[in-house]
Amino acid sequence: MSAHLLELQGVHTHIGAYHILHGVDLAVPRGQLTMLLGRNGAGKSTTLRTIMGLWRASQGSIRFDGRDIARLDTPRIAQLNIAYVPEAMGIFADLTVKENLLLAARGARSAAQMDAARLEWIFGLFPAVEKFWNHPAGKLSGGQKQMVAVARAIVEPRDLLIVDEPSKGLAPAIVHNMIEAFAQLKRSGTTILLVEQNLRFAQRLGDTVAVMDDGRVVHAGPMQALAEDAALQRSLLGLSL
Amino acid sequence: MNYKQKVPPAPAQSAQAAMNLREIDWPPLALVPVLALAALPLVGSGSTWLTLTVAGLAMGMIVFIIASGLTLVFGLMDVLNFGHGVFIALGAFVATSVLGAMGDYTQSASLWRNLLAVLPAMAVAMLVAGAIGLAFERFIVRPVYGQHLKQILITMGGMIIGEELIKVVWGPQQIPLPLPAGMQGAWFIGDAAVEKYRVVAVLVGLAVFALLAWTLSRTKVGLLIRAGVQDREMVESLGYRVRRLFVGVFAAGSALAGLGGVMWGLYQQSVVPQMGAQVNVLIFIVIIIGGLGSTGGALIGALLVGLVANYTGFLLPKAALFSNIALMVAVLLWRPQGVYPVTSR
Repeated sequence: MSAHLLELQGVHTHIGAYHILHGVDLAVPRGQLTMLLGRNGAGKSTTLRTIMGLWRASQGSIRFDGRDIARLDTPRIAQLNIAYVPEAMGIFADLTVKENLLLAARGARSAAQMDAARLEWIFGLFPAVEKFWNHPAGKLSGGQKQMVAVARAIVEPRDLLIVDEPSKGLAPAIVHNMIEAFAQLKRSGTTILLVEQNLRFAQRLGDTVAVMDDGRVVHAGPMQALAEDAALQRSLLGLSL
Repeated sequence: MNYKQKVPPAPAQSAQAAMNLREIDWPPLALVPVLALAALPLVGSGSTWLTLTVAGLAMGMIVFIIASGLTLVFGLMDVLNFGHGVFIALGAFVATSVLGAMGDYTQSASLWRNLLAVLPAMAVAMLVAGAIGLAFERFIVRPVYGQHLKQILITMGGMIIGEELIKVVWGPQQIPLPLPAGMQGAWFIGDAAVEKYRVVAVLVGLAVFALLAWTLSRTKVGLLIRAGVQDREMVESLGYRVRRLFVGVFAAGSALAGLGGVMWGLYQQSVVPQMGAQVNVLIFIVIIIGGLGSTGGALIGALLVGLVANYTGFLLPKAALFSNIALMVAVLLWRPQGVYPVTSR
């Protein structure tokens, strides 16, 4: 068994005429939380979408648990027990919060069949999910939608959780809950890959970090090493943590 | 894992129900009764109004049965199927054969014996239309996913071929499809004549709507369809194959069009191979009024179209030809994406 649950090697992605990813190498260690950092337009979201099969890699390999998934379609990739929260959250606005979560519970045919203990845990982390349980998700605020999106991704245990900017637009108190949620998931053995712009968020949670620029990973290593090296931060990200 | 976090108390059920009621978008629901009531003083006579209203509701329900599948087909996979009409004609022609072979039952004055013929005719029409729908999806629609212009051209072409094949099997001429004896005639409420078949049509339409509403709101498949209409990519990211779901919806939509064809044929009491093309315009108006992808909107659109067609046919016969277009323009001026726009489309 490889130490890495997910490995990208030399991944190129084209979107129409545009060449977005120029040979991404990324390794996500099992049971750890990996942060993908980088300025806007560096290719972070495209990397996540390519992993999920929403964009097709034109070159390179994507291995999940030792198996090449670069040619699989999106439903098949998700069925390998991977949860994904896109940058736009992917909330079904006309469905209630309950229905949004029920969709992600693949084994449950009705809300009654969902894992009650796990729901209770989610309600504790994100009270808005319970408060607005029977309300259309489209009526919620941006922060509340973000909570529903993450809650939906963790409604059943997954081997790999991929989240695009979980802290975007969240109030500080909710960011704290979000950090707590990821910390607890990590302790339960879930491997997590997060794209983040909020560096404090990244520093508090990340075990390993990869920094992207111009469609490539330009730095990879332990989060702590980057957190302690102000010069490296400046050279990679243009600012310090 | 720590499951022992404090759980906030759930809101009381009644309070939540009240909140849900407040969140319902009421104005479109009021359109049908408001239109019917507004027509009453214009028509003048209460009995004529009742006759026209029941006729309008019956026509609306049949059109809804036909349009419900089409709106989901568009909502789920963005497919513009201009060939939907062929399943209407197919259903109606299959019914002429089935009912023709069951003369003993259709000529009986007993409504129950009539139903023993009509129900199998509907079932066979739905099976045939559903099966042909599967082939239509596989060979005509699938090669042009994501290409609207090609979809319009090839599905219209498919309908023309379908019409010609109907002529090969049943001949090019108009075929009578008389109502079974027990469904002919009218019930009289005071001075108002309410045709029996129109009541049957309303009841069948309500049953189809109830079944559809139950499937969409209470089952996981229905939940997936509603979610897929809003954001197909996200449903796939959750591990479901939307394309497989779409094939099922396409076949079910075709079967419903077949059922609608049987009912439309009985309503007109005759069938022609071109009947699908004739109804096609009407059902596109209905799904545009309703909001593409919305079944609740399609029901409201269909009832409005049925009522407006009957009221203007009586009040302003010369305006009847464009009344449905005028209705669509009026609704779109009010809500440019239809009465119930599907969010995130």
